[in-house]
Amino acid sequence: MRLYGHRVTWPAALGFLIIAINLFAALGAPLIAPFDQAEVVCDAWDEPSASHLLGCDNLGRDLLSRLLFGARMSIGLSLLITTLSFSIGIVTGFTAAIAKGWVDAALSRAVDLMLAMPSLIFAFVVLSVLGTDVAVLVVTLACLDSTRVFRLSRALAMNIVALEYVEVARLRGEGLWWIITREVLPAARAPLIAEFGLRFSFAFLFVAALSFLGLGIQPPDADWGSMVRDYRDMINLGISAPFWPAGAIAVLTIGVNFVVDWLLAIQSRGHGENA
Amino acid sequence: MNTNDIVLEVDRLRVQARNDRGAGPVLVDDVSFTLRQGEVIGLIGESGAGKTTIGLACLGYTRNGCAIEGGRIVFRGQDILTLSPAGRRALRGPGVAYIAQSAAASFNPAMTLFEQVCEIPVRHGLMTADAAREVAIGLFRELDLPDPETFGRRYPHQVSGGQLQRAMAAMAMAAKPDILVFDEPTTALDVTTQVEVLAAFRKLIKEHRTAAIYITHDLAVVAQIADDIMVLRHGKMVEHGTAEQILQAPRAEYTRRLVAERVQGHAFVERVAEEVPLLSIRGVTASYATLLRVIDGVSLEVRRGDTVAVVGESGSGKSTLARVITGLLPRESGEVLFKGEMLPPALARRSREQKRRVQMIYQMPDVALNPHQTLLDIIGRPVGFYFGRSRAEIRERVLELLRMMDLPESFIDRTPGELSGGQKQRVGIARALAAEPDLIICDEVTSALDQLVGEEILRLLKRLQEELGIAYLFITHDLGVVKRIANKVAVMLRGKMVAGGETAEVFAPPFHPYTELLLSSVPEMRSDWLDEVLARRAGL
Repeated sequence: MRLYGHRVTWPAALGFLIIAINLFAALGAPLIAPFDQAEVVCDAWDEPSASHLLGCDNLGRDLLSRLLFGARMSIGLSLLITTLSFSIGIVTGFTAAIAKGWVDAALSRAVDLMLAMPSLIFAFVVLSVLGTDVAVLVVTLACLDSTRVFRLSRALAMNIVALEYVEVARLRGEGLWWIITREVLPAARAPLIAEFGLRFSFAFLFVAALSFLGLGIQPPDADWGSMVRDYRDMINLGISAPFWPAGAIAVLTIGVNFVVDWLLAIQSRGHGENA
Repeated sequence: MNTNDIVLEVDRLRVQARNDRGAGPVLVDDVSFTLRQGEVIGLIGESGAGKTTIGLACLGYTRNGCAIEGGRIVFRGQDILTLSPAGRRALRGPGVAYIAQSAAASFNPAMTLFEQVCEIPVRHGLMTADAAREVAIGLFRELDLPDPETFGRRYPHQVSGGQLQRAMAAMAMAAKPDILVFDEPTTALDVTTQVEVLAAFRKLIKEHRTAAIYITHDLAVVAQIADDIMVLRHGKMVEHGTAEQILQAPRAEYTRRLVAERVQGHAFVERVAEEVPLLSIRGVTASYATLLRVIDGVSLEVRRGDTVAVVGESGSGKSTLARVITGLLPRESGEVLFKGEMLPPALARRSREQKRRVQMIYQMPDVALNPHQTLLDIIGRPVGFYFGRSRAEIRERVLELLRMMDLPESFIDRTPGELSGGQKQRVGIARALAAEPDLIICDEVTSALDQLVGEEILRLLKRLQEELGIAYLFITHDLGVVKRIANKVAVMLRGKMVAGGETAEVFAPPFHPYTELLLSSVPEMRSDWLDEVLARRAGL
């Protein structure tokens, strides 16, 4: 099997399959889930049965339904956070590399300042002050994450802006936006896509961690992180409930990383080569 | 000479590239030659001719993805292709040694020169460390390096490029090899340095009676050092003869063209007299963040239809001058006037119209063209940007420019990666012309190209000048080019202009001493040129 002229290895194919299943679950949750995520349909901790394939949770809600709706929330949120953080990080990083001088110094030092603080603690402070609204959560995490994207894009752009075709664009009098989108971005695309996959996994785990600590998604909305938190004590009683959301997090992370590894391998081999 | 003198025999050598699908293109096909003790063979050809591949094959080595598919390489009666990897390793250094083009990239910056020069004989167990050091000092002395006793204590960054290149020759000679392989050893050097390095190499080869393979693309250089010359093209032998015969009476058509291009002169461009000069530079100084002045009080004038050459060695500030004119590096003092109108020092303060009128063409077309854009985007952008044309008009104009460059119209949807070096350079010219400029700054536009391709580019530039009346500011280190295409010259030395004026005047006696040094350092296509230069300089 080939994709854009590159042979798809079996781990990459597995990764694509995992991502496809997850996306299907996330997008189709209202259609394929047997019950609503907040609907109480059985007794607490009912064992898995024909009508409740994965059993029920502490309040008697269908676990499979919550898992499907949780995919929607967890994946959607991570995707939103990563996209936003890349938009911020790429634009600021490229601007710093192109403008140089005091613009670069100001942006870089601001990022250093952000990086000097542990991001989980920083997120705690912001979220406890501003509240746990989903919009606040997304913007806060995106800003925190964009510092790493800034570092990468600045380093990539530094090498690209030294090339003469960028100098030609400057001499012509092109604006910053043209240089960022037309001259620099195409050359930096491959490493940035690989980094996107990696950071997506991190955002995913970060939201899960925050939800686990009670600062992420608020009930009754389901997400995988808070499901693990709510069900974790049951592990001592031999109930399988916490295993499902935890497993879903693990499997999706592995799947995304398989695809990222494949992209990185292609990129390190150079363009146009088949292997 | 008898047959016992033969140190190397290359017999019907065939090297082929390999890829996923099996055998790839043939890089070297059916090449044979013999090398006797003390004999030097020059391998000459343009890029892709297979010169380096042959040189490396003589060390029993091929680059990744290539393999020796046929033929024999017999070194002192032993076919090295049948040797085990360990046997080949033992051969490299004491048997055959290699001298690469870029000495800077071949030395370890963290070790002293002594450590690196002595490494081969000590590693191969041929000498003790002390003996190797004595040999190294002797070699440094033979190669005319300064303070031979202590020279080796320096690190690579503490010596000049020419010295480092000679130190590499010392490193290759340390284990007393039978054969030296020189791979373009002077290509990266300035002409004045090239003379010294060539002389040192020749002395070394003569005194040690070492056989050598000298690889270069420059016929005039190889004529000074080689007894025999083999001309290669596309991996095949074109002609093989003595140096005299190749230069005086070349038999093959391709060799004749190589020899002829240098000698043939171009007529000077007819100049149009005008009141106000196109570009007028007065007393310009500029420097980078360091305190060092890169350009100091340079004055220059360019008129319509002029070709003004700025010549000098690396570090003379000639490329910086271009950056000052375009505004990439704001000048510190002095004036730059365009058609009598003062140009602001910084690019950001110049109007779009001021930017349009001065365009640039670069040395390396590979990095001067965005590999992610099609030729339509690359050449069409200035048309849309400066003149605000519609998409259909832009396409029409790009097709017209492609025709002017003698490029097929079907190239419009290609990306630069699908083009050859000479074609890419034509695209660079087309992009500059798309802005309809009055002045084009050409920064070493032919030095990255093969000789014959470079000649075609020069001819194209000349034709465009005749048709459009554009002025060129030609930055180059190649005086041969200057003499033929420029009507005015400015000679730069350490940021200052030491000579300037009409080409015919600057290049005729009485010379400025530096102009004379530069002129006399350009290799000429006859085998006694180096002797003459050295004799003349010794007499001074």
